[in-house]
Amino acid sequence: MLNLTINKKAYQVDVDPETPLLWVLRDTLGLVGTKYGCGVAQCGACTVHLNGEAVRSCVTKVSRAVGQKVVTIEGLAEKADHPVQKAWLELDVAQCGYCQSGQIMSAAVLLRENKNPTDADIDAAMAGNICRCGTYLRIREAIRLAATSQRKAGNG
Amino acid sequence: MTRRSFLKSSALAGGGLMLSFTWLSAFTPAGREKEMAPGGQWVEINGYVKITPDNVIKILNPNPEFGQNVMTSLPMMIAEELDVDWQKIVVEMGPHDNAKLGPQFTGGSNSMRMYWKPLREAGAAVRQMLRTAAAQAWAVPVEEVTTKAGMLHHAKSRKSATYGSFASQAASLPVPKGMKLKAPKDFTVVSRSKKNVEGQKIVSGKPLFGIDYQQPGMLIAMAEHPPGFGMKLKSFDATEALKMPGIKDVFRQQLYAEGFEQGGFDTRSFNELLVVVGNTTWQVMQARKKLKVQWEPAGDTKDTMGGGRGPKREVVVPGELESTDAQLRNMKDYAAKPAQQLRRDGDPETAFKNAATVIERTCHGPFLAHNCMEPMNFFAHVTDEKALLVGPLQAPGWTEPTLAKVLNLPADKIEIQMTRMGGGFGRRAYGHYLTEAALISRKVKAPVKLVYTREDDMTYGIYRPMYTATYRAALDANKDLIAFHVKGGGIPEHPIHANRFPAGAVDNYLAEGWEIPSNITIGAFRAPRSNFNAAAEQSFLDELAEAMGKDPIELRLELLKRAKENPVGKNNDYDADRYAGILKLVRDKSGWNQPENKKYSRGVAAYFCHNSYAAHVVDMVMRDGQPYVERVFSAIDCGIVINPDAATNMVQGAVVDGIGNAFYGGLTLKNGAVEQTNFYNYRLIRMHEAPQKIDVHFVQNDIDPTGLGEPPFPPVFGAVANALYKAAGKRFYQQPFGPQLNTPTAL
Ligand code: FES
Ligand code: FES
Repeated sequence: MLNLTINKKAYQVDVDPETPLLWVLRDTLGLVGTKYGCGVAQCGACTVHLNGEAVRSCVTKVSRAVGQKVVTIEGLAEKADHPVQKAWLELDVAQCGYCQSGQIMSAAVLLRENKNPTDADIDAAMAGNICRCGTYLRIREAIRLAATSQRKAGNG
Repeated sequence: MTRRSFLKSSALAGGGLMLSFTWLSAFTPAGREKEMAPGGQWVEINGYVKITPDNVIKILNPNPEFGQNVMTSLPMMIAEELDVDWQKIVVEMGPHDNAKLGPQFTGGSNSMRMYWKPLREAGAAVRQMLRTAAAQAWAVPVEEVTTKAGMLHHAKSRKSATYGSFASQAASLPVPKGMKLKAPKDFTVVSRSKKNVEGQKIVSGKPLFGIDYQQPGMLIAMAEHPPGFGMKLKSFDATEALKMPGIKDVFRQQLYAEGFEQGGFDTRSFNELLVVVGNTTWQVMQARKKLKVQWEPAGDTKDTMGGGRGPKREVVVPGELESTDAQLRNMKDYAAKPAQQLRRDGDPETAFKNAATVIERTCHGPFLAHNCMEPMNFFAHVTDEKALLVGPLQAPGWTEPTLAKVLNLPADKIEIQMTRMGGGFGRRAYGHYLTEAALISRKVKAPVKLVYTREDDMTYGIYRPMYTATYRAALDANKDLIAFHVKGGGIPEHPIHANRFPAGAVDNYLAEGWEIPSNITIGAFRAPRSNFNAAAEQSFLDELAEAMGKDPIELRLELLKRAKENPVGKNNDYDADRYAGILKLVRDKSGWNQPENKKYSRGVAAYFCHNSYAAHVVDMVMRDGQPYVERVFSAIDCGIVINPDAATNMVQGAVVDGIGNAFYGGLTLKNGAVEQTNFYNYRLIRMHEAPQKIDVHFVQNDIDPTGLGEPPFPPVFGAVANALYKAAGKRFYQQPFGPQLNTPTAL
């Protein structure tokens, strides 16, 4: 039995400790906002926060998350109103939407660490997240917008 | 604690668990759960509109959504005539019901075009039924009953009521036909940008996609397919796999019985799979590694074709284990042989013989994999009496009859629920994975979700075919174009659209095609033939312009003028004015002739496909020693644009997709096996490779919508090729371009 804290909630799961966190989230806990895209840390669809760091949950053993703080897209903001989520809506970034949880989770870490990212910073931080629909320009713009609103709100 | 008891307890604790009821509420807009909850309250006025007595208005979207925004844009058409407050309506994915909701096919840039009239008529009919119901109740003439944003009014008697209060009465009225529809100048919803109705759910990670679907007791299935095209399963030993935790069963699963008549979208790569079923995805993945499987060459096999694809006939699928090198050699041989004539105008042979100059170029394009972000998957629960299927599918109306035959169930016992799709691009028109899931569920007598891994998805493909084309142009002594010849071939289909531009603009014209049979499965891919042609032909036109000493846009405009004023031949399937229109628009918007833009390596291309017109100017620079597309200007004529911001998004996406595929897309084979298996060896475009700016302009007109999913994609390839010629000082004829740029002498 493994003890997990996900989105501030405690869970006990009975799974092989080698299981990637992605599949525990999706199959065992029904937290399916975190997506499977490649399984080999190539696409970023499965990005979650582990103690505040963006990690690829498809290659992160669940045992590594025991006793740590995991945040998924479902828990990024209680009312789903994180500045990044708001910017995504404001600019209607998504096409199919499948990659966007991962994009948002990566962007949220970028903006916490870098309040005023340049385009080069954005490109570098987001290079691990593939969008097959090609929404990259809007993602960049939404990150800039979120950065601005975060700074304006004074919490940046 | 067992998995099941865990599920129960955390469900009781409200632990974010996805049971089927939460699945349903995933369709509920945040904060509207209460209005949606009471079942049976909805009054259905017609297939597309349901209203509650307290005036919650729901519009059902007929077509499956894969990112082209039909879920928003199609309901907008209904709302336009229904006269409702867009902010207050609820949009829901409709059930699969072709009788009520039309063809329900997402593909071929058809959604807007096919539904433009029916949906506005449906909205107008509902409004009329509500007015009639109110007029009867108020005993006033129906003409005097007006509507505004979900309300009915009678000015003289100062009566007002909500749509909801007359919903039941309206539903009992006959559905009026032939409603007069608004003129474009009176639109208040259409042509006004509306946000994606599922945006909030997407950014908060709601379970929208097929792969997210879960049911209590559901098992996970995965399938091993042969390691190469032309291979089949010989034998297997599952002893070790079956000992793995959570594994329920391992078995061979055949898809179609011998002689099954394949129609429409029944294409499948392999007819027999080795299926592993277990409790969780990870357990099944682990068990797959323990399988001991023997594969063998399948030899030549036979497929029975028919049902919607011509008369019943047997087709031999060659058994050869193909390799890319051999394919290229084979294509060269075929290209030298006589081919099937597809169109002939004038006397091209004589014109070429008498030419002062002949330009000849050959281009190649590889197989392309769709790589939808969400891999193929489907949920199935099949019993002896009925079947429930839930998942991502573009063509439910084509798949249902297949399923009925394969399962031997009447169609009315088959329910297909369409989820949002994590991309489609044509791939999900082929519903084999749904049929596979259904057969697996029936075999294990349980609800099952079949999931392809990325590797399964990439190596079990219905790919864009491998193409080649040779273009020849004859110029006379004045450097005027006197003949044009295209001879294109492919594995296993040729790419030629014989009646497209420049057909109609050249006196002597010849189009020919040839095909090499193959066991590699191919199909729709965001206009598969067009996206190759638009690369090869538009690159060739650029070379032609240079040889003729003309500006590439001017050359195209001259040819289009000819096609308009004095067309050659018949059946030219493009409108020369609209074609010229996008070229002029992109010329103006990009500042084509402005000196300040000379610093860019600029490439232009334009193409017509799927009833719409698209042109791009690509501005390339060298960045860290590599070509980079910094800016793009796009001009599109797709008639009336339903949802401008979403349409812009889709064009921008098509441009990014086109750049990515032109530089990196490509699949190679070795002895039948696909050599690319995941994103580390099949490269997709990433953020830092996307342009800084893609400036999209739509031609403003009142032409009925003609579609947008495909059209902006093909000409990107050509514009990139033409810009690359400027940047590199030499022309590249083999897609993808990227690998050739990494050699020291390339640039
Ligand atoms: S699924 Fe984890 S990076 Fe792709
Ligand atoms: S929106 Fe479709 S993959 Fe990113």
